[in-house]
Amino acid sequence: MRAAFFGGIYSNWLALESALADAHLRGAEQIYCLGDLGAFGPHPDRTIEVLRQQQIPVVQGNYDDSVGNQKPDCGCGYTDPRDNHYARISYAYTMQKTSAAHRPWLAALPKAISFEHEGLRYLMTHGSPRQQNEFLWESATPDHLLERLCGDADVLLCTHTGLHWQRRLPSGKRVVNVGGLGRPANDGRTCVWYALLDTDAPEPFRFVPVEYDHHRLAREMREERLPEEFVETVLTGWWTTCLEILPAKERLRGRF
Amino acid sequence: MTGLVQLRKGPRVDFRWLDALWIQVTGTLCNIACRHCFISCGPQADQVPMMAAEEVERALEEGRAAGMRQVYFTGGEPFLHPELRRLVGATLSLAPLTIVTNGILIDDAAAAWLAEEFSTSRYSLDLRVSLDGMTAEQNDPVRGRGTFEEVVAAVRRLARAGLSPVVTVVEHETGLAASDARGRFLEFVRGLGVERPRVKFLPLLRIGREERRTHGYQEPDALSSEPLLPEIESSLLCASGRIVTAQGVFTCPILIERADARLGPRVADALTAIHLRWDACQTCVLDGLRCNT
Repeated sequence: MRAAFFGGIYSNWLALESALADAHLRGAEQIYCLGDLGAFGPHPDRTIEVLRQQQIPVVQGNYDDSVGNQKPDCGCGYTDPRDNHYARISYAYTMQKTSAAHRPWLAALPKAISFEHEGLRYLMTHGSPRQQNEFLWESATPDHLLERLCGDADVLLCTHTGLHWQRRLPSGKRVVNVGGLGRPANDGRTCVWYALLDTDAPEPFRFVPVEYDHHRLAREMREERLPEEFVETVLTGWWTTCLEILPAKERLRGRF
Repeated sequence: MTGLVQLRKGPRVDFRWLDALWIQVTGTLCNIACRHCFISCGPQADQVPMMAAEEVERALEEGRAAGMRQVYFTGGEPFLHPELRRLVGATLSLAPLTIVTNGILIDDAAAAWLAEEFSTSRYSLDLRVSLDGMTAEQNDPVRGRGTFEEVVAAVRRLARAGLSPVVTVVEHETGLAASDARGRFLEFVRGLGVERPRVKFLPLLRIGREERRTHGYQEPDALSSEPLLPEIESSLLCASGRIVTAQGVFTCPILIERADARLGPRVADALTAIHLRWDACQTCVLDGLRCNT
């Protein structure tokens, strides 16, 4: 079986369309999205409409919960004033631009989706199974905690951090943070990433880079008067905001 | 033990899970004696003893069994522990670690060792260095004469070794609590050679030695027993953290001198709901203090 798993889309509808085409080309029979459809990018309805039209199963992210239920903030879990400043800008924009017709759908999304295949249970959540906005960073999440979070699942899939990584645990269970389609992985490359499962491969999960028309996205972001700091990330591949939340190891891999 | 048992019963905080295991590795032993220290640490302070390496390792194992996400070493000054290298290695094989330090004892050899641990360990290693001003005139009156130059030298040393310490700043004067202070402090730390500066501001805790520098809490009953908003309750350190000392496990790092904040001898005994009945709890609930990095 082949399946594709998309992380936070953050209104990057152009990357979503490219990733869908790429996953189909690679033979993905099923495609899942792990939530956070809005934020950061332009025209949030476009992402929602693509997912709804193609009937992609979506796990609810904290952004979807907040926008769908009209909560006062995005619930991203930032603690730093600068991170929160930019979070407020993108949340106000996304709230304003998301159609009322989509809110009940966002509010009703499930907090987890699971399936079984060849005796293995796959569990998808946005942050972690215990908390929708919990950050599971590669360098800051110990094995023993991941074993506990997996519960009775054999494979745990998550997103929320925007950085992809995977780990095989001492028990043989596997954790895959599928990364994000919404913005680059703070690596100086303009591509974005998703996770592809091929149950016949010796290493079942691999991360797939997706090129898309990032110049067009930048143009649309400027037309919508979104912060130039966000545009810079799209054009350079380096994060300029949401940096304070990064653990030291991940932070030192970036430029800022 | 300076605290009196108080009969007042503050709002309840349920224990969620163990995110942060704090370990008081050197007890109250410190190489300096800051005038605003909330647990009166200093070179002669032995009211909370240093932990033996085996005690720290037992705490780590108890934390692992409880599913801890990250570990903090604090004191006192952790770099006074004679077996710190062993303890850092043991911790980083299990979980991410933050060392809360004044930085003064970090010489070139220590910086090189920390950089090596940082680059080779699976999990993140962070250093939190305390500095309470951008000048000696601002810092030294609270942290001690000459400490500004010593801490600045340590931050430069860490930056040269390729590390990016978090500089923590206590808002001990109004200039540091001003809205633009954070931006100015970030640029100041960048000027010390830290390319990706991180600064964490902390509100004053009006207990310990700070009570004598200025004053204690003036509204001791500011917290009623009314329930907290769920988002406040769940974000408090005491909802997902505990501290282990040589004298047992306590609700949080601020309260290790309060006998009534001791929850038991082992980590497993301490993962229970508490009530915020101590004056210092106001600072977390009302001023938003969060001790995490």
